[in-house]
Amino acid sequence: MAAILAVDDSASIRQMVSFTLRSAGHEVIEAVDGEDAVEKLRDHAVDVVLTDQNMPRMDGLTLVRTLRAREDCRHLPILILTTESSDAMKEMGREAGATGWLVKPFDPERLINVIDTVMSR
Amino acid sequence: MQIAEPERTLSGRSNGPVPREYLTFRLRAEEYGIDILKVQEIRGYENPTRIANAPSFIKGVINLRGVIVPIVDLRIKFGLGDAEYNEFTVVIILNVHDRVVGMVVDSVSDVLELAPSDVREAPDLSAVVDASYIIGLGTVAERMLILVDIERLVSAPDMAIVA
Amino acid sequence: MNQSPSSQPGSDGAGFDLSQFHAIFFEEAGENLANMEGLLLDVDIDAPDDEQLNAIFRCAHSIKGGAATFGFADVVELTHVMEALLDRLRRHELVPTSAMVDTLLESGDALRALLGRHRDQGDEELDFGELVDRIRVLTEGAAATAGAQVAASAEPAPRAEAPAPAVAGAAPVSGKRRLAARIGPLARAAIADQLVELFHDIPGLGEIEPADAGELDDGGYRHFSIVTETPDEELLDLFAFHVDRSQVSLRLADEGPDGAHATGEGAEAHADGWGLFEGPAKQGAAGTRVEPAGAAPSGDTTADAASGASRPPAAPPGGAGSGRRADRATRDASTLRVSVEKVDQLINIVGELVITQAMLAQTGRDLDPIVHQQMMSCLVDLERNTRLLQESVMAIRMIPMALVFNRFPRMLRDLTAKLGKRVELQTVGEATELDKGMVEKITDPLTHLVRNAADHGIEMPEDRIAAGKNPVGRITLSAQHRGGSILIEVQDDGRGLGRERILAKARERGIPVSDSMSDGEVFALVFEPGFSTASEVTDVSGRGVGMDVVRRNIQSLGGSVEIDSAEGYGTRVSVRLPLTLAIMDGMSVGVSTETYIVPLGSVVESINLEPSMIRSVGGVNQILEVRDEFLPVVSLQDFFAVPRAEESARGNSTVIVVEAEGQRVALLVDELIGQHQVVVKNLEANYRKVPGISGATIMGDGRVALILDVAHLVRRARH
Repeated sequence: MAAILAVDDSASIRQMVSFTLRSAGHEVIEAVDGEDAVEKLRDHAVDVVLTDQNMPRMDGLTLVRTLRAREDCRHLPILILTTESSDAMKEMGREAGATGWLVKPFDPERLINVIDTVMSR
Repeated sequence: MQIAEPERTLSGRSNGPVPREYLTFRLRAEEYGIDILKVQEIRGYENPTRIANAPSFIKGVINLRGVIVPIVDLRIKFGLGDAEYNEFTVVIILNVHDRVVGMVVDSVSDVLELAPSDVREAPDLSAVVDASYIIGLGTVAERMLILVDIERLVSAPDMAIVA
Repeated sequence: MNQSPSSQPGSDGAGFDLSQFHAIFFEEAGENLANMEGLLLDVDIDAPDDEQLNAIFRCAHSIKGGAATFGFADVVELTHVMEALLDRLRRHELVPTSAMVDTLLESGDALRALLGRHRDQGDEELDFGELVDRIRVLTEGAAATAGAQVAASAEPAPRAEAPAPAVAGAAPVSGKRRLAARIGPLARAAIADQLVELFHDIPGLGEIEPADAGELDDGGYRHFSIVTETPDEELLDLFAFHVDRSQVSLRLADEGPDGAHATGEGAEAHADGWGLFEGPAKQGAAGTRVEPAGAAPSGDTTADAASGASRPPAAPPGGAGSGRRADRATRDASTLRVSVEKVDQLINIVGELVITQAMLAQTGRDLDPIVHQQMMSCLVDLERNTRLLQESVMAIRMIPMALVFNRFPRMLRDLTAKLGKRVELQTVGEATELDKGMVEKITDPLTHLVRNAADHGIEMPEDRIAAGKNPVGRITLSAQHRGGSILIEVQDDGRGLGRERILAKARERGIPVSDSMSDGEVFALVFEPGFSTASEVTDVSGRGVGMDVVRRNIQSLGGSVEIDSAEGYGTRVSVRLPLTLAIMDGMSVGVSTETYIVPLGSVVESINLEPSMIRSVGGVNQILEVRDEFLPVVSLQDFFAVPRAEESARGNSTVIVVEAEGQRVALLVDELIGQHQVVVKNLEANYRKVPGISGATIMGDGRVALILDVAHLVRRARH
């Protein structure tokens, strides 16, 4: 049972992710973009961050870098959601300090697997 | 509650499966039954607000918890003689095709469950209700019920409810 | 730590039903499409705004992401090619042209159609293959020579920007380009190492380095980063020595969507769905839960900068484009999506409450205020609170006129192109709010008025120039609150209405007119049924909808419409509407034992009748003289066939003068009962339309009272 922060500016994706992970017994906190995510981290204890890349105000990569610069988030597992499997995006994700990536579209089963794998490391 | 298998005793006069539970009511000497699922509630009669130039069997409209509901007097519609309005007069509030409509009857009896074997074809049984609205004849104990497709009846053009 | 979920039932991936999220996705996509259309219409071909292009790109990207997640492949395909075009545009690799904007607008329409079909689960054939090809052709167009591409290294998005494009890698400065190569699926990782050898062996081929750790990824692929001047085809030929052409995928190394492919295969197959980066610093050790930082910043200064109290955004918002999205994001965070049914139900219940409160108030009037002092005081409070509650609830349904106005830029663009006219649209007062129910009903009439203005009002450019006007005509849409109503105006600076022309046409149609009619009366003739002939009405604004239907629609909403015009200068159509359909100020009148409600907005005055004031005309009709005007008299008792026990002295002794469509009529009733706000109920929900009645309401005694359709009564009386 993990506390997951789901960051995506699309409400339908946020809801889908929340629903999926909650059915698997996790707690999900939603944020609409990077800035909102940082805010939410102020008030919630979080085990994993799942973030989209393209969002207004603060995008995914910037969020990753912002969090990695914080002492308390240095080892926080952060996964980036990328469309298709743009290798360049994955590269940049790794360089920014992300823990891993997940390609959109993903099916709910895969999402649960990924979270489990990350939590068990 | 609804069965989907075709009824061999009926000639498919009504659309869809044959209902199992019927609300029974009286109009003069005859007893009728209608699908209980179409019945929303049963109320006493209250004087409706008259609507000008409506047919005589449409008594007007009432306020049913904020919804405007037309009231039809079946006794007038079927020409069953003088219609009385007293403390025993009953209005059956129906919900058919997303419309709420009230119909005035002489009295309401009970709810009966009828098995397919209790229902027979009986096209011209009622002197008042057109055969095309009759599902069949139901027999329970000593009672004979004229089973009516109330949804079709209420939606019929000559009922003047549906524009 | 967790159980593997693969033991869940239905774990073949079909265990989750995602269709419950489709509705939200369709709504979101609709918003994105509307946003995109607005931005596209705003684009200045000669000086495109970067933020706009970015914002348009993000709209398409967002739709693609959702469509991909929920499995709408046709939408993904179309948005994918749109993205490719938009990406090149925002990087200045292409110069925007009018054809591109048109094609993108057309694509927006196509997306709407595709999404609509998915939403309604229709089965009509929709093939946009030709559109897709056209977009591809536009995308492959000549690259912009002015492309100031920064020859950055593989650095990700510039640190200070919001999702602005990173023009990473592609450096045409020396003709070199950076490619990302994906090789596979392979049986062994080492097979791809031979490609590295190729670059060692062949001078000038370019540089290659692995973009992975030398191992196959989950799908069996190897990844490389290549900098080269060699054309893709040549590379593919060379690679074919070692791996199959179909195993090679080359693309420009860029952030975001895939650009134009140069691959040995058609579509990309993605077997890898996810992965974790190696590297100790990034590994999440078990139990690395991040505790809330709380209000007090923890010692780390960098953390303060990122999450400090003043919250400077790490990425300053980009201009208008991202600013608009930011607004939406903040709105997302603090708004709720609520279904219309829930709001309507809430309004109904509050309406009930208002009626109950009125009944209580009525009952309370009969009580001795001294004896029941406590209760009277409570009733006063109750009335105030109920009124406030009702106002708040009605406010929930109010939405800004912008939602009505925003369809017109696109409509006008298409229309004026067809007509060969040039028109500029100006909107004022878009934030003015209107009840949602009203908005839906006013859209068609307004559309007709705007079409008319463009079609009949604004002249052809050459005619305008000849008249000394700016060749670009202007249509202004405005909305403002006036008193208890909303005033919407459609104004154009076109040719205006010609008084003589209208009078002549009216005479032709047999409509009684006289030269002494005021301008206002003459212009109002345009609303007469049959005024526009088929020959005059073009297919663009006609379609069988005349101005008379427009007026009738507006009146059925309890509103009114007027025309004012100056020949040669322009025309202005003014529509006045009540703020809401749900409540209305009414005057209750008694006729025999029945009560009817007269909309207060149509009441001119009430008069106590002396028998001598009414005269008969032709033995049948009655007229009333009121201050030198003779008004037809309508007896409600006769009109509604109200039964009366016996003629009483009180009967038919009050006259209410009402006005509709510019004409007045005297209603004969027994008495004027009172004036109050009524909650309007729909008669047609369960019954049918009754002539002369526009709705119903529930009185303080719980009984239903019918609301008069004054326009209908006036029409019947005067014809």
